[in-house]
Amino acid sequence: MTTTGTAIVAKGIRKSYGSVQALDGFDLTVTTGTVYGLLGPNGSGKTTAVKCLTTLSGFDAGSAEIAGFDVTRQPDEVRKRIGLTGQYAAVDEILNGRENLVMFGRLYGLTARAADRRADELLEHFDLVEAAKRSVVQYSGGMRRRLDLAASLIQAPEVLFLDEPTTGLDPRSRNQVWSGVRALVKAGTTVLLTTQYLEEADQLADRIAVLDNGKVIAEGTADELKSRIGGDQIDVVLRSEDDLERAAEVLRRIGGGEPQIEPDDRKISVVVSGARIAILTEAVRALDDAGIHAEDIGVRRPTLDEVFLGLTGRRAGEPELEATSS
Amino acid sequence: MTSTSTSTSTSAETTLVGTTAEVERTGATGAAKAWSDSMVLLKRNVIHGIREPIEPMLSLMIPIMMMLLLGYVFGGSITVPGSANYREFLIAGIIVMVMAYGLSNTASGMARDTEKAVYGRFRSMPMAASALVTSRALYEMIRGVVETVIVIAVGLLIGWQWHNDWGDFFSAIGILLLLRLALVWGGILLGLTVPAEAVSPIVYPLVFPLTVISSSFVAPERMPEWLGVAAEWNPITSVVNATRELWGNPGVGGDSWIVQNAQLMAVVWPLVLLVLFVPLSIRRFRRVSA
Ligand SMILES: Nc1ncnc2c1ncn2[C@@H]1O[C@H](COP(=O)(O)OP(=O)(O)OP(=O)(O)O)[C@@H](O)[C@H]1O
Ligand SMILES: [Mg+2]
Repeated sequence: MTTTGTAIVAKGIRKSYGSVQALDGFDLTVTTGTVYGLLGPNGSGKTTAVKCLTTLSGFDAGSAEIAGFDVTRQPDEVRKRIGLTGQYAAVDEILNGRENLVMFGRLYGLTARAADRRADELLEHFDLVEAAKRSVVQYSGGMRRRLDLAASLIQAPEVLFLDEPTTGLDPRSRNQVWSGVRALVKAGTTVLLTTQYLEEADQLADRIAVLDNGKVIAEGTADELKSRIGGDQIDVVLRSEDDLERAAEVLRRIGGGEPQIEPDDRKISVVVSGARIAILTEAVRALDDAGIHAEDIGVRRPTLDEVFLGLTGRRAGEPELEATSS
Repeated sequence: MTSTSTSTSTSAETTLVGTTAEVERTGATGAAKAWSDSMVLLKRNVIHGIREPIEPMLSLMIPIMMMLLLGYVFGGSITVPGSANYREFLIAGIIVMVMAYGLSNTASGMARDTEKAVYGRFRSMPMAASALVTSRALYEMIRGVVETVIVIAVGLLIGWQWHNDWGDFFSAIGILLLLRLALVWGGILLGLTVPAEAVSPIVYPLVFPLTVISSSFVAPERMPEWLGVAAEWNPITSVVNATRELWGNPGVGGDSWIVQNAQLMAVVWPLVLLVLFVPLSIRRFRRVSA
């Protein structure tokens, strides 16, 4: 590690669509060569943030710099250094896969030869060689996404923006994307990715920002965030509804907070901290000692919903209560 | 002699990544980059036209059908002043009709260019934004030339000819393409203003009467007086009349100033439209792409 420059700086970006305040003082600093996860529920402003940072949208207030260039004043310099895969595949439907990549390559300013060569390399990498001569209309959703990703890598960007890159992909394609992102970062690319899944941010991102109503409400490494909300969750599904109260009592002693009971599913969840296996073993043993029959028990990462609950005291998507004080 | 390609990709990892500097760039900037981007997008438009030919075919086939129907079915019963050959009379009006219907494809093409998701990618790239409009205009002009050639070929088959020299022949072509250019910019303006699905419902009800209330099919003199005046002042009439004069084809009579100066007005009208449409389109595009 020699330099620790900043690849992305956003300061107080505000952007409204009519009466909707999509970004409401959005701040972000991303260190060069790292992966940054932007985590937030539907409508929290992830796509809007990506659009503002990639010069697609202007904004009402604030400023942003990508790789040292001002997004508003030097959009062309920014465009020469970024790659973007938007939330929805942005490729030409009528052209075939290869024609798409060559066209984009030329528009990025590559020579005809370089554009051809780059297209072939990327088709190969994304497993699209066989589909290269087929019109994109005939592509499956996953193939389209892969072509879209390939297009965003044509100019080997310094900063890559991925807006929900794995939504709609099967596990295999998702792993390909994840390993692709890791390979890019190893070679020095900075990646900003948005996601609705804490799991994904956890897997890939060095740092995570949680976005809510156009504002960053929490920021840090995955571990920092998890410790702020208490870490992993243990879920217990009971055989009998009658045991719910007693099981909750047992789990309260093990966990770090008040267990959440869902009587309809005969399920109890509790936030735990510490080594996952040790804590799971402890829970199994304690329930067993109390003579409670569990049908299912498991430890998992908290969902975005639970992160939200932990951070804001409300579920994602629920309106903010005016009276709540933090 | 073998001239083998020197470039070989090494491993998956190095093909995916690499630094920006490693990618060979043309280094073109400003007008050179704008032109090269226009050519890249022009190629895209041509491929679209070839793979999705139905829409552009329709706007060409309708007027050609009309020429055949009118020429053979009604040809005998419609008399034109000064000549008996209605088919020779028809062709100028039909070419203008093709030019006018083309506006629909221009507008829907432009609308789609700026509506589709791929537009978002274009805008995230160091592409000259103007290339989207330039390439559309160039493509539509090429289409106009091809369509004119097709109608002329069909015309020759059904017995049309021109009776003056090549200079006059090409002057008429020039006038027709000038009109096309004006209509292309009208189409660009429309396409930047309304969504693609709205284009046909706007264009056809507007353009069909415009082509009929002109000297294309019947002489304005034979229309009710107020309609005849409107027809004579229709820019389409000036272009149609000028084309007939230059090709030595039968035309319509009339001694109003506008009819007497058809060739002048066939140049003036499109220029007026251009002066109107081009700045409006550019302004509109700036707003759309802002
Ligand atoms: N073009 C637009 N016109 C009007 N409102 C918009 C537009 N784009 C976004 N919004 C609004 O701005 C807010 C933020 O939207 P945005 O698309 O950034 O959310 P997101 O976090 O990407 O959501 P998702 O997870 O559903 O993709 C939403 O309330 C949305 O309705
Ligand atoms: Mg989004």
